[in-house]
Amino acid sequence: MKILVCIKQVPQKDAPLKLNESGTWIREDVSYEVNEPDAYALKEALRQKEKHGGEVVAITAGPARAQHVEDPGFVGLDAFNTARAFAAAIKDEKFDLIFTGLQSDDYGFAQTGVILAELLGWPHATIIMQIEKSDGGIKVKRELEAGYFQFVEVPLPAVLTIQSGINKLRYATLIGIKQAKNKPLRKVTLAEVQAAMSANLQKIERMYIPHKTKKTEYLEGSASEIAKKLVDKLRNEIRVL
Amino acid sequence: MPETILVVAEQREGKLNRVSWETLAAGQAIAAETGWVLEASVIGDSVGSVASEIAGKKVAKVYDVESPELKKYTPDAFSAALKEFLTSKQPKLVLMPHTYQVRDFIPKLATAMGRTVISDCVGFRKDGDKVLFTRQMFQGKFAADVSFNCDAPWFVTFQNGAFRGDKVEAGSSAAPIESVKVGISQGIVRNNPQEVFKEAKQAVDLTQAEIIVSVGRGIKEQKNIELAKQLADALGGEIAASRPICDSGWLPMDRQIGSSGQTVAPKLYLALGISGAIQHIVGMKGARSVVAINKDHEAPIFEIADVAVVGNLFDIVPPLIEEVKKAKAGN
Repeated sequence: MKILVCIKQVPQKDAPLKLNESGTWIREDVSYEVNEPDAYALKEALRQKEKHGGEVVAITAGPARAQHVEDPGFVGLDAFNTARAFAAAIKDEKFDLIFTGLQSDDYGFAQTGVILAELLGWPHATIIMQIEKSDGGIKVKRELEAGYFQFVEVPLPAVLTIQSGINKLRYATLIGIKQAKNKPLRKVTLAEVQAAMSANLQKIERMYIPHKTKKTEYLEGSASEIAKKLVDKLRNEIRVL
Repeated sequence: MPETILVVAEQREGKLNRVSWETLAAGQAIAAETGWVLEASVIGDSVGSVASEIAGKKVAKVYDVESPELKKYTPDAFSAALKEFLTSKQPKLVLMPHTYQVRDFIPKLATAMGRTVISDCVGFRKDGDKVLFTRQMFQGKFAADVSFNCDAPWFVTFQNGAFRGDKVEAGSSAAPIESVKVGISQGIVRNNPQEVFKEAKQAVDLTQAEIIVSVGRGIKEQKNIELAKQLADALGGEIAASRPICDSGWLPMDRQIGSSGQTVAPKLYLALGISGAIQHIVGMKGARSVVAINKDHEAPIFEIADVAVVGNLFDIVPPLIEEVKKAKAGN
């Protein structure tokens, strides 16, 4: 199986983020790391390759510090344009499967994979916990809400968005991702795929620190006084007793 | 003709998913602000009773969109049915809850129509002629007001708990229901979904819980979980936890609240020793009341707490259990 994995970089989890001057994005002078949900997708692709053979290719979009689809023009794309750039970049290659992470830790659209499937005319399945080969395709386990699951048979080629619990990420996985630097790399310029793209269909007008909407009441006193005050609130204000 | 807002309610097995009431409440709020007409729809096979239930609320009209091909959910059939329906109705704004099912098909639907989805919104704001939708960025560290830069229909999904489902306004009389039959051509559905199941181990649905006692790193040791359980039992609530507790195996993964766990909106969320990392907050900020006990007065959980206790949970929880028991016995 030939599997493409879509990966993006996001600011490191503990990076102190500041707004840019126009208040529309963050200041970019922070350290980046692989979007964690995408690391699960990559790990799963490598696992599938171990089982069934084939090849794993990664694609990412961004400025020079990323690989593959490479141009500052790829910064700030909405999910629709990211998917269109990817679809155009891979048009001459034949993949059986495309994996994406569940969503990104920056925008959190949770859309790019499904949009890519629609652009390619492929079926898709989201929030995948398990992948097995079956006759003529694959059988995947989807996570539903409230502890429910469902097996779905999907013909190939297909796009899957991968849920975090599907495998155990170890530090070694991330080291492995870094070693990918030594793999063959094809750079795709904006000019190659621009014809497939358009202006973003949605626009961030303003970004800001969320307003505090709640008024917090602090309870003080000894432990038993606090317990009494709290029960009074639970009974008379919150009304759960 | 005024513009139209269309809410697409979610049903499972012919039963309304109650998160749809939140989406309807959002639709009512946007309608009140913009003067646009609010309509609702439900799609499936034999979902007339769901349409009737929605028609009792303050909406101008309810569409009962049906096809036998919609009996089992597939992204192909749901997307095709809605594309046909929306193309004929041309609403300005299409609202849906940000459920796993909607996430599975709405990007496909919008793409098939050459449109975009502003997903996982927590609010909206009218700004002159524009309607802006607020969504969280960088896991809640920032909020962004986002506008559409394309023609209608505009697709928006709302985060669970962003609006109050119990505040949805009832109508003065039942809204008219229009039955719409959609044709889904042969061969359009490619996936073959099998029966929905639960894992052998009983998974708990915390989204329906009215009272949740949740523990974080401040609980320190596995044996101390028992103390939180006693409090949950005294209150008649469920026990839950932040991610590190479940990663350590002190409570099962299905008790985890947060971006990688469940999103809940109980009447009471009592947070014990939870610092309030954003990954946790996104899963519980829809709670009607948040009570937080934490010894660190700078813990971010206090930012969203209604009632805050800065102190050692091991001092406060034992007398609290006793007081709760007394209060219950007095009822």
